[in-house]
Amino acid sequence: MSEIIIQIDGRDVAAREGMTILEAAQTAGITIPTLCHHEKLEPYGACRICTVEIENRGRTRLVAACLYPVEKDLVVRTRSEKVDRIRKVILELLLAHAPEATELQVLAKEYGADKDRFEKESSFCILCGLCVRYCAEVKKKHAVGFVDRGTGREISFIPEIASRECWNCKECFPLCPTEALQAAYVLTEALISSSPSFKLEAEE
Amino acid sequence: MARISSVAELEELRKDILSKREPGKPWIAFCGGIGCLCLGNDRVISAFAEEIRKQSLEAKVGLRMTGCHGFCEKGPSVVIYPEEVCYLEVTPEDVPEIIAQTVVGKKVIDRLVYTDPKTGEKAAHLFEIPFYRNQTRFLIGNNPRINPRSIDDYLAAGGYSALAKALFEMSPEQVLAEIKKANLRGRGGGGFPAGLKWETARNAPGEEKYVIVNAHEGEPGAFMDRALFTGNPHCVLEGLIIGAYAIGAHQGFIYTRHDNPQLRENIDIALAQAKEYGLLGENILGSGFNFNVEVHLDIGIFVSGESSALMRSIEGKAPEPRPKYIRTSVSGIWEKPSNLNNVETWANVPMIINKGSAWYAGIGTERSKGTKLISLSGKVCNTGVVEVPLGTPLKEIVYGIGGGIPNGKKLKAVHFGGPMGGSLPESLIDTPLDFDALAKLGAPMGAGAMLVIDEDTCMVDLARHFLEFLAGESCGKCVPCREGIRQMLKILTRITKGKGKEGDLELLEELAGVTREAALCALGRSAPNPFLSTLKYFRDEYEAHIKEKRCPALSCKELSASGGAKKNE
Repeated sequence: MSEIIIQIDGRDVAAREGMTILEAAQTAGITIPTLCHHEKLEPYGACRICTVEIENRGRTRLVAACLYPVEKDLVVRTRSEKVDRIRKVILELLLAHAPEATELQVLAKEYGADKDRFEKESSFCILCGLCVRYCAEVKKKHAVGFVDRGTGREISFIPEIASRECWNCKECFPLCPTEALQAAYVLTEALISSSPSFKLEAEE
Repeated sequence: MARISSVAELEELRKDILSKREPGKPWIAFCGGIGCLCLGNDRVISAFAEEIRKQSLEAKVGLRMTGCHGFCEKGPSVVIYPEEVCYLEVTPEDVPEIIAQTVVGKKVIDRLVYTDPKTGEKAAHLFEIPFYRNQTRFLIGNNPRINPRSIDDYLAAGGYSALAKALFEMSPEQVLAEIKKANLRGRGGGGFPAGLKWETARNAPGEEKYVIVNAHEGEPGAFMDRALFTGNPHCVLEGLIIGAYAIGAHQGFIYTRHDNPQLRENIDIALAQAKEYGLLGENILGSGFNFNVEVHLDIGIFVSGESSALMRSIEGKAPEPRPKYIRTSVSGIWEKPSNLNNVETWANVPMIINKGSAWYAGIGTERSKGTKLISLSGKVCNTGVVEVPLGTPLKEIVYGIGGGIPNGKKLKAVHFGGPMGGSLPESLIDTPLDFDALAKLGAPMGAGAMLVIDEDTCMVDLARHFLEFLAGESCGKCVPCREGIRQMLKILTRITKGKGKEGDLELLEELAGVTREAALCALGRSAPNPFLSTLKYFRDEYEAHIKEKRCPALSCKELSASGGAKKNE
């Protein structure tokens, strides 16, 4: 693999071909915030909190650092007025769902995000997909997945798989950037529905 | 049907088909488009068949179910050839008279022909009706003449001659160069030059390559692609095969809707007939070129029309846009170079090959060439499928073809591109139909859905409506799109209910900015367009809602005309 020198925040950083901006930054000790990223998982590009400004061939663009591959002569700015504004609004949008999440609060402080800017709709879950992808990619069980789309998107455990796999695993819970409360809730729901005795009660 | 294995055999077959057709024999073309069928054309067709049988005219009169004629507003549409007499709003009760008077007696029935509501002038022939007369129907013009389920009809109209020319007189490079010179731009929404996309796919490493027809047409208010593809499937297929030859692909995919059985059937029949004739499959026309096509259906989700989501769907995965920064023409379906074009783009290809890029580039504006299909709907007299040269002023489409605004109302705006498009005010009605001119004004053409808006429509509510649509149709994966739409919709809903407050517009603009800049795919990045364009041109309407609690269009039910929210009773 050939080495590519890119510039991040004014510093020359040596990166390997095929690396993403995020990986190159991490090797150089430069922090870019992430919420849906996990080193064991395929890059996902959903939270967009890792948005950075890049300049290449005279063009300035905003890209997701977790996905954009390094290339020759790339200039990256991990902070700029635009980037900070985007991160601030993203955090405010997420805090409407999970206002007490520590990870979000820490970032909110850094970017001056107001957790009360948008009306609360506390679902706890910010749909980062870490549990869903960990279960699929690492555990290869697919016990939890997404249902519905748009603003109706939710996570859901598949009762038949969850009742078999989840009791002794629960490895996805500590990955949750909020409180895993929603995951616990929908898991319980799934387990109840998969148990015939509970099902009868629920139907009555 | 015998397999054709050379150009000479193809021409022989064409001659044979034409020789069996009697030029003077009357035949009746029924519009089989969805609009006309919904208006009861099936009953009209049965009445014709019955009457023909009663009068023992089976041998003397031909009946043909065709694709959409275009003039949806006045359906059911019936055209009598060879004169091309066009009858509109036909009922089964009219049938005996049409047979006796027109088909046999060669006389026009006055009450069934188009009458110009303003001048009272009658137009008996299809080509005289202003709706048709003011169009340039290169793509859709064959629809009334072709039975989409008959490859012979397409061959009789000169079909597959462009394919023969490409395969035997041109190298793949020459075909590509022709498309590039014609400057054919993608009709699906982006307006990206098709030739450049083809070239990228052609030059991308890898032996296996794919070509795809995007026949998803999810844009609300867009119905021209299904009219073209249902009515003339071979035209699209011919373009696709030529494209595959230029790119070096041997496998094609047609991605279309699960909820349009008529289209699906017509595509399946077209594929089977082309295969039987040797125009598809192994060794096409004896050229040595192999190409096959598979049909895939969506699951009814708007975002599956987005190119990378569509390709994931073909792979059997959930139709979510792919987040990678690599073009699908380099790495698409199963990471192979995959060239996706929309129905209308492919349909342009045979014409370019047959008539040449110089001819094609002579139509349109400097950077937007050829004709464009438009789905004309909304508050306009003549709704339907329209085809005009690019560069045609919007005014000509609304008034010359569309016949203006009904019920004496005033034109307020035209909206292009559905939920990802924008609105232009009446003052900009002289703007040409041009990819760049419209995009610059904040109302990109999109796929070609043109919604005419009169004074009774509230622009704030229009923006709210489109966001409501997207709230349910975004895939919901990325935060700026899912959450940005959610919050923008909440605020706009509040405003239309008379609960808008100071600072709402600034907040909406900030959300629109972030969604536009940070969202993962084109759906999210375009989602704020309707809001941004209506704010740009109709800011006073937003302010009236927020500051005076008044809806100038008298459309928002919870607001009064004079100001102040209505009291709850």
